[in-house]
Parts: sequence; structure tokens; C-alpha cells
Amino acid sequence: MNRFVLPLAIFAALVALLAVGLTLDPRKVPSPLIGKPAPHFELPLLQEAKQTFTERDMLGKVWILNVWASWCVSCREEHPVLLELAASGAVPVYGLNYKDKREDGLAWLKGMGDPYKVSIFDFDGKVGIDYGVYGVPETYVIDKLGVVRYKCIGPLTPQIVKEKVLPLVQELSRA
Amino acid sequence: MLRLLALLLLAIATAAAPAKEAAPAAQDPVLEKRVMTLAEELRCLVCQNQTLADSNAPLAEDLRNQIRERMREGNSDAQVVEYLVARYGDFVLYRPPLKATTVLLWFGPLLLLAAGFAVLLRRLLRRRSMEVAEMTAADRKRAAELLAGTQGERR
Repeated sequence: MNRFVLPLAIFAALVALLAVGLTLDPRKVPSPLIGKPAPHFELPLLQEAKQTFTERDMLGKVWILNVWASWCVSCREEHPVLLELAASGAVPVYGLNYKDKREDGLAWLKGMGDPYKVSIFDFDGKVGIDYGVYGVPETYVIDKLGVVRYKCIGPLTPQIVKEKVLPLVQELSRA
Repeated sequence: MLRLLALLLLAIATAAAPAKEAAPAAQDPVLEKRVMTLAEELRCLVCQNQTLADSNAPLAEDLRNQIRERMREGNSDAQVVEYLVARYGDFVLYRPPLKATTVLLWFGPLLLLAAGFAVLLRRLLRRRSMEVAEMTAADRKRAAELLAGTQGERR
């Protein structure tokens, strides 16, 4: 009887390991950017090509950078959440229009509402690469010192906003 | 004379034609080979089981262009890899670096193999100790003598 105990224990441990593995989402790759300064960019606005915006304009404020595109299906799902977050006034939301056509991006904002203070226009996706974007939509919370504190890959949900984003924003705003 | 001119024109045309067609992609075959060799080692984040070299995802294309651009600027392979790891993490590497969090990943299989050998060795040794020792002719003779009560072979 005793001789079965050890193999059985090993098997049970293996099953437990694999079961935990199944619950993890391989698409959620931890960002190496957390705790590091937000990469520098200076990009034209979506609405006004002659005006530029840089992350340095936001030093001293806690803010949210949301990467979106008109061709992105999940962004459609996320949009009401962003509108609500922006309307609550808890934190300024800035958009990064990723690899989009200017007129498509503008039409999207016109048709669905614009949650963003401004949207910047990253036509060739180079700033996206600097931010490690690989699955639009992605959302970054950046603190007063310009350090990335949180990244959400995939659409924000009311639950994520309530449990992660808002508490973090409150904590960072106090600092 | 006219025929010679025509021939000359034809020669120039055929010589120029292939060069024109292959212009953007294989401008520099050596560089292109370097880009693709490195891209084979890197994971596409969109189609996670494909390399950057294999993937048709737009991001993979962008990243290949970034690799090419950086190499053209004189970056070494290691510098290009560093650039990508800084943005996407160790996940882009098909060969993860050896560090505290990956020790188990690197040596786990070796550990399992060693454990397997240890179990095998223990079993074999136990089996050997259980084996009945075979009696030689001398042993049999001695046993017979002992049983018969004679003391021919006293030490």
C-alpha cells in the first residue's frame, strides 16, 4: 500500500500544477514597463495635426493612457467603460490612436462619444512599440512622476476599473 | 548596326529588370539574412506560438522593420534583443535568460531525470540484495559435511 503513496502524491502535485496553469491567460504578458518611466513620445493630436502632445505635459498629474483604434473590436466593448470613467472625473483619460486612419479615428469618436481629453495619433505604431503594445486596447496608469504603475491588456471592464484602476489612482493622487 | 543596337538595348533591359523587381525586400541580402536569423529566435506576441520571422501579424512586420532599422544603424544582435526585451519582456525570447525566476525552468527537467535515476538505482540495489546467492560445488560439499557432522574443513 505504502509504495503507491509517493507516486500518487507526485501525480496529484502535477495535476494541481497543470490546473493552475489552465486558469492563467497566456495572452497576459507581464509588462516590463511597470515601475519604469513612461517612454517618451511627441505626437500630433488626432484632431489637430499641427499640435503635438508629449507625456511630459502630464508631469505632476496622475493620468490614464488608453491605446485604441477604430479597427479594434474589443475597443467597441470597452468604450462605454471609458466614457463612464472620463465622466466621473476621477482621472484624466488620454487616448493613443494606434495605427489607424485619421478620418476613421475621428469618425469613431464622433459616432460613439469621446472620453479622451485628447487623442494622439500614432500612425506607424512606433510609439505603440515603445509602450510594448501588442493587443489593442491597452491601458496604462501613469503617476505624477511619469512612472508607469499599471497596465491592463485587453478591454477595461467595470470590475477592473472599480477594483484596480480607481483605488490605484486614489493612492497615487494622495502621494 | 541597328541589330547590334537592338541587342545592346535588350541586354541592358534584361540586366535592369530583375534588379528593379527585387528592390525593397532584398536590398541587402546579408542584412536580410541577419534580420531573419534573429527573428527566428523571437516570439511574436500576437500569434504566440510563432516566431517573429514566421508570423504575418502586422505587429510582427513592424517589429521586423524595427529590427532591420536598428541593425542598419549598426546595432549588434544583443542590442536589438535588449531593445525588444525592454518593451515586451523576456517573453519575446524563445530561449529565456538564466535568472532566479527561471532556474526551475532550466534545471527542472534535469532534476526530474536525476530523481528518476535515483529511484531506479534504489530499486536495482534492493533487487540485488534480495537475490538468492547461488551455491557453488564447494559450498554444497561443505554443507553436506556440516550436516553429516564431520569436521573436515575447520578454520
